Amino acid sequence: MGKKQLRRMDLIFANDEDFRDILKQTLARPNEEIIEDMISSGLKGRGGAGFPTGLKWKLTAEEKAKNKYIICNADEGEPGTFKDREILTQVSYKVLAGMAVCAKITGAKEGFIYLRGEYKFLVPLLNQELDKFHSACSELGLKFNVKIFMGSGAYICGEESALMESMEGRRGEPRNKPPFPTVKGYRGCPTVINNVETLAHTFTIFKYGPRKFRDLGVQDSRGSKLFSVSGDTPTPGIYELELGMTVQDFVDDFGDGDTKAVQVGGASGFLVPRKRFKETAIGYQGKLTGISLPTGGSMMIYNSSRSMYNVLNNYLDFFQEESCGQCTPCRVGCQQLVKGVDAVKRGDKPTAYLDKLLKLTDTMKFTAKCGLGQSVANSFQSIVENFREEMIY
Amino acid sequence: MTEIQTLVKDLAQSHGRSRESLLPILQGIIEKDRFISEYAMIEVAKELDISTAEVYGTASFYSFLDTEKRGKYVIRVCKTITCAMKGKNQILLALEDTLKINLGETTPDKKFSILETNCLGWCHKAPAMLINDDVYTELTPEMVRQIIEDYRKREA
Repeated sequence: MGKKQLRRMDLIFANDEDFRDILKQTLARPNEEIIEDMISSGLKGRGGAGFPTGLKWKLTAEEKAKNKYIICNADEGEPGTFKDREILTQVSYKVLAGMAVCAKITGAKEGFIYLRGEYKFLVPLLNQELDKFHSACSELGLKFNVKIFMGSGAYICGEESALMESMEGRRGEPRNKPPFPTVKGYRGCPTVINNVETLAHTFTIFKYGPRKFRDLGVQDSRGSKLFSVSGDTPTPGIYELELGMTVQDFVDDFGDGDTKAVQVGGASGFLVPRKRFKETAIGYQGKLTGISLPTGGSMMIYNSSRSMYNVLNNYLDFFQEESCGQCTPCRVGCQQLVKGVDAVKRGDKPTAYLDKLLKLTDTMKFTAKCGLGQSVANSFQSIVENFREEMIY
Repeated sequence: MTEIQTLVKDLAQSHGRSRESLLPILQGIIEKDRFISEYAMIEVAKELDISTAEVYGTASFYSFLDTEKRGKYVIRVCKTITCAMKGKNQILLALEDTLKINLGETTPDKKFSILETNCLGWCHKAPAMLINDDVYTELTPEMVRQIIEDYRKREA
């Protein structure tokens, strides 16, 4: 069996000793030029939502405000994702360099790393790195200070506006959008909020220019991406791969030979069953052949010994607990889904009740206030539609 | 001044008294006492000049800001899908058996509490758990017994 190996990249974790020189050179360049590079590189947000990073920086730079902020979103909570922790452990200086350049462009003086409570053990290491970073900044004449803000165990705080509420000392309940953070973010000021991995990629672009980044990947999905691989695989771990691969290529490389389905993008992502491996690609929405799934990089592999009912039940339990409870479609919707699949399984409800639950997830998709409630439909529908018999028997 | 009053005052001193200091202050209380008592919440409210309902509302939102009394060592076993697939239940059973308490309970000597939590971000090294801020991965029931034994020795 000649397994096709996907091309492994080594950009993010490469140890760039010339870090200070790169930062110095980049800070010396005109703002417009850096933004132009960022946009032409095609870099999109690596947390999963995929907003163009260069545009986000540009929009914030254009806002006129006395105070602006840069936030690094390190509230990595999506089930199956663990790449950001590794970036912060190994190459946090790249993340900080990205924040520094963004600060220079936008005129922000303060930055924050919002670190999830589960990663508190990283604080001593990060504080050491911050000391080095602050001395580099003052050497280069950049007035920019970064602090760590700790989360306390709430998945929803990975949502950018909930994260800002949390930083302001409140419950992590998402805000209405618009206004977006680029206009009104932390403390009501223009704020750039980027995922850890996104910021680490900006360093690659500073160092090698936008071409090298753009040459990787396909069409609307440019560059490489870190994938967190777990589940039924002989080789769990973190891998940097080009965007645009099909799920089939991925399974050939990482599966255990008996892969039944792959969950792309964590509990809020999609379950891809075996029959769709070939036609499904990993990247952002674009004109790829077949279906293209965006992802924060969570790839959970299930082999044929796994019950998809148990998988769905586990996800729903997660969402029910992590829903902030602010909007009714998500709060009540998640509760009803948990009860509903259980009732069908026990035979307390007819199997047609599954269709009602599917309709409920449609309603949640259109009416929930934030990404959490809206994306419950992704995994629910992809599991129930593809493994209906497992939900019933 | 009671012990908790002193703690809250000290925390407010170092983090400031604005609303933005609320989370760091509550986290500071957890670090010391592992839970935030009603009395502590009243003190925080006084110190920041906000209502106690605001303090409780915020604290109760976050799963790591316990408002129920916990042991000195809070064990949080990850229950999300990959850990569930890789033997989380056996880990939980081993903990319950060693500590002679059930999930959600605290030992009578107030040393250990067993809780479940959502994804810890160690799926590639499942099953995983936290004891306070320390991470333990690729667990087996035998390892769990040994880890608890080590904590007990430390306490003796």
